[in-house]
Amino acid sequence: MIPQSNFMVLAPIDPKREMELRQLLDSMNRAPGRVDPDNHLIPFGEFETLHFARLIILDDKTTEDVRVYGLAPRSYPLYLAFLGDIDGEVTAFLGKLIKRAGKGLGRIFSCCEGFDSDTDLLAWMRQHNAPAIAAYVNWRGRTVRQIREEGTLYDALENYIEKNATVLQNLTPRECHAKLRDFVTAEKSAGRLSLSEDSPTPQGWQIKNLLHLIGLPLLVLIASPLLILIAPFYTIALRRLEKTDPEVCPIADQKHCENLSRFEDHDVTNQFSAMGSLKPGFVRLLTTASVLKTVNYGARHITRRGRLGRIRSIHFARWVFVAGTERMVFFSNYDGSVESYMDDFINKTGFGLNASFSNGIGYPRTNWLVLDGCNDERDYKEYLRRHTLPTQVWYKAYPGLSAVDLERNTRVRQGLESLSMSDDEAREWVALL
Amino acid sequence: MSEVDYADVQGLVRFGYGHMTRASYALVKVKNVAAAKSWLRAASVTSAVATKPPPVTALNVAFTASGLSALGLPRSVMAGFSHEFRGGMTEESRARQLGDVGRNASLNWAWGSNGREPHVLVMFFAEPGQFDSFVQSAKGNTWTDAFEELTSLGTSDLDENEPFGFADGISQPQIDWEQQRQTPCSQMEYTNIVALGEFLLGYRNEYGKITDRPLLEPDSANAGLLAAEDAPARQDLGRNGTYLVMRQLEQDIRKFWQFLYQQAGGNLAETERLGAKMVGRTKAGNPLVPIQTQSIPGMDPAPAQQNQFTYESDPAGARCPFGAHIRRANPRNSDFPEGRIGALRKLTIMLGFGPRGFHDDLISSVRFHRILRRGREYGPELLPEDALASSPPNDPERGLHFVCLNANILRQFEFLQNAWIMNTKFSGLTGESDPLLGNREAIPGCPVTGDFTTPGDGGLRRRVSGLPQFVTVRGGAYFFLPSLRAIRYFAGDGSA
Repeated sequence: MIPQSNFMVLAPIDPKREMELRQLLDSMNRAPGRVDPDNHLIPFGEFETLHFARLIILDDKTTEDVRVYGLAPRSYPLYLAFLGDIDGEVTAFLGKLIKRAGKGLGRIFSCCEGFDSDTDLLAWMRQHNAPAIAAYVNWRGRTVRQIREEGTLYDALENYIEKNATVLQNLTPRECHAKLRDFVTAEKSAGRLSLSEDSPTPQGWQIKNLLHLIGLPLLVLIASPLLILIAPFYTIALRRLEKTDPEVCPIADQKHCENLSRFEDHDVTNQFSAMGSLKPGFVRLLTTASVLKTVNYGARHITRRGRLGRIRSIHFARWVFVAGTERMVFFSNYDGSVESYMDDFINKTGFGLNASFSNGIGYPRTNWLVLDGCNDERDYKEYLRRHTLPTQVWYKAYPGLSAVDLERNTRVRQGLESLSMSDDEAREWVALL
Repeated sequence: MSEVDYADVQGLVRFGYGHMTRASYALVKVKNVAAAKSWLRAASVTSAVATKPPPVTALNVAFTASGLSALGLPRSVMAGFSHEFRGGMTEESRARQLGDVGRNASLNWAWGSNGREPHVLVMFFAEPGQFDSFVQSAKGNTWTDAFEELTSLGTSDLDENEPFGFADGISQPQIDWEQQRQTPCSQMEYTNIVALGEFLLGYRNEYGKITDRPLLEPDSANAGLLAAEDAPARQDLGRNGTYLVMRQLEQDIRKFWQFLYQQAGGNLAETERLGAKMVGRTKAGNPLVPIQTQSIPGMDPAPAQQNQFTYESDPAGARCPFGAHIRRANPRNSDFPEGRIGALRKLTIMLGFGPRGFHDDLISSVRFHRILRRGREYGPELLPEDALASSPPNDPERGLHFVCLNANILRQFEFLQNAWIMNTKFSGLTGESDPLLGNREAIPGCPVTGDFTTPGDGGLRRRVSGLPQFVTVRGGAYFFLPSLRAIRYFAGDGSA
């Protein structure tokens, strides 16, 4: 298995070059929200291990919200973020990226502070890496290559079925499965279909993963006497905050909303980027860190493949602190329109939303961290829309395919590779086609 | 929560006026503000009060955002209406979400775009004998001074059928007028009873919250409005009003039946069977899944024989295909798969360890996405058997003036249209949108969207490919259907 990893380059933009940068980013698109995969700056389509990428100017318009806590708003520099979700190791990928697109990257990053023509690109990118505090991968181990191969397999099967429908329709599911398996075997030996064997899991990753698996519970266990001791105080403090923290959910600006929509619904998958300031104080910071570390642990070791709780429409997601611990960004790649995404979340995993987002300033009032909050649908949606940022450049390696499509294709392939199937299994498998 | 004052609600919310078989929709622009206001003050708008015998005529009125601006509604008040109402149906990204691209694009519309955006929708309903005189008297003397008529859309009475020839209007949500429904945190079984706030502004919705609408600082102009229940110091302009979505959907009856006939190899019974699979009901309106014995809350007794079902008995779509029109439009599910379950099982499912079948738990909970349909057909009747003949010259246009009511256009109509009807990925499908309403337009990575799949009963699925576009959008707009008090406020009658 080749595990997925991610990177995010985060750098402050030279204010004098902001317009130039915006124009550069726009030039990578055919139209707003529609990237050119062969664009002249970073030809994303040429990188066979790249799932998703985005370039975004983190232009957070809500920094004034800290005033509700009597704090003076700080003037932050404007940041550029460049993110990717990839197969395998980051360093190796960045190496390839620089080799192929070093010039384009240089032009983009030259609009940032502290980058000039002599800068070592790789060192600079690594130096500006902003690690995710929590990350989710829909299907760990499924590579871009596998996704493409399985997509081709599915299309080939559909074509074959179209041509041989009358014969196939009269077969029992097991006969049908056998017939289709024969077809695929023949196609493979004729070199028309390729289904690569799974690569061995890198040993280093396995060890690190195991340590992570045991590490966090072990740490919690060791710290448990202390945790039990502070638990009542923590609970009292959190409850008091929950009751008094001000809500800031005004109706989002119509222009802002319409601008966001320009970048959405061009593919069956959409990008989502939201940013905001965290509520001040140690209790909130502790809560944020613990919740997100738990989410990260769960996403990595516990969730079933293809699912985040009940949600099956997220490809990749992550939470990242922006330069310090005052502000945070959430990025995701999800299927469907933003409305179905928000509704799905409220109804299917509202508790998770509340736990992870309620530490942001102005979030609708929660109770016991997981209750209420986003159930105030109106406030929650305005809150989220207001904090959403337009994503200037967004790339997806497999347009037209939803996460559920990917799951179906994987199931089809897995079924083909199994030699014996019960009647029920065969029926379920045939129903995937 | 206080009781609903039916005298303040427009009748269309409570009644479909089925016995008033004649109707027309006037789409007008305000020509003269003072005259328009005076017409509104004089108009006797029909309320939702039930009378015996029921009225023989009815008049209802709705406004677009530009219409309210034309009447002089201040910008600060406008800002209290929802984003989608203010933005309008034809806004580019919204059009993309609704499937109004290609032949459906608003560029080609007969009304609702290209300078033909209405300000006001005036709906006239009457029993046949009364219609013409009613329209004339309802328009009165000020009408021509007040309004410029963009179009007047006629309707026809197809005797409970929609133009393709299928029984229609069978399934409607039952509104909880008495506000008895305790909106649960999780609804474990499908119910047809829907919170009042889903269809009327100012009341609690399925989330137990009151949907946003304009609330005004009290002054002499708005003194006639009711106070907001959740903010008693402010006047509630939305209360007892709702949003109305109108779309003119042209239906190509001949193309529909001829395509099915050809697919069925010229077999009439097979043609009808395929049509039923696409709709999810037979022409007579019988669902393709069996009627259940256990009653579903909120189903009227009369059509219950045709409505007492969910798709729980058909998880593989073998009887009613996943992509069938009525399964897309109302998947009849609850908040959780598996129906009534214990707290532990619920937690298991919430954490992602529930059923692991491919199609399991893919569809959002339907109770947040119901609409109240109030549309009417137009054009002369064309029976399916006659539709197989080639079209004569000047074949008249037929279709549906789709009208639906909802308190939250985004979460109800738009969601339904976008995530269920037009979505090529609905319920684990791919390459197909609604067999009736789909626009068949390619999307990036999906060149084909014109399939229709009938899952096999144990065997391989059957698939029809190359569905043509049967339904074309010819016009549309978002309206606000105000309370009678709000109409008086718009008309500048502060004493209301």
